[in-house]
Amino acid sequence: MEALFYVSAVVAVIATLRAVTGKNAVHALLYLVVSLLAAALVFYSLGAPFIAALEVIIYAGAIMVLFIFVVMMLNLGPGAERQEKSLLDPRAWAGPALLAFALVAELLYSFSGGGGTAEANAQYINPKAVALTLFGPYFIGVELASLLLLAGLVAAWHLGRREKEATHDSPG
Amino acid sequence: MTVPAEHALALAAVLFSIGLAGVLARRNIIFMLLSIEVMLNSAGLAFISAGYMHGHPDGQVMFIFILAMAAAEVVVGLSLALRIYGSFKSLDADAASSMRG
Repeated sequence: MEALFYVSAVVAVIATLRAVTGKNAVHALLYLVVSLLAAALVFYSLGAPFIAALEVIIYAGAIMVLFIFVVMMLNLGPGAERQEKSLLDPRAWAGPALLAFALVAELLYSFSGGGGTAEANAQYINPKAVALTLFGPYFIGVELASLLLLAGLVAAWHLGRREKEATHDSPG
Repeated sequence: MTVPAEHALALAAVLFSIGLAGVLARRNIIFMLLSIEVMLNSAGLAFISAGYMHGHPDGQVMFIFILAMAAAEVVVGLSLALRIYGSFKSLDADAASSMRG
């Protein structure tokens, strides 16, 4: 577990630095996805396998896809094809691929029993305890989160309308 | 054979500092949102390490709330970025620095 933690911590810091200092938005997002996957492995090594799964599915899966979608939407035009070609350049994906390969190697090492399973961790907290706490004492938080998501949905609908409709609808 | 919780908290602090530096230094709205995501993720990591330190599930519950909040935040932030790009034809945050008032 210790090796798992330290290697993923190093990968997370390197990938985050590259993501924040990057010039090309798509390359930076690739690094950020690797950083989030490394964070998922950190959570796994800290005895939170359910959170690790959520991190991969929601953060690296859903939220990053949203980011990439918007960046691709903003890039429409004559430069888009050049952009597409530049993505096939090994310099664009070699760095993230190398870091992701380190994470895969760690995962295989962990699966082969090298670092011990999450259940063997001294501070392992099983998802059942998390669920009982979430829907027990923190139930008001679940309701507030649903309100927040509804507000986000309404805001996205309102802001995402076309400019012409917006001026047409506005009373002023 | 366990990781000291202090090291996990130190990692969270390092990641948070990188994200904070990104928000302060970058002027591109996409990169600012990206840095905010890094900061939210490191805050979640701090909660997880606190739960790991004490053996309580509360830290993981807080991470689930942070996850829901990050999803709502990124939706609103990206749609605002799209609107700013539509209005100013630029993703520079300084382009939208003056209000009409």
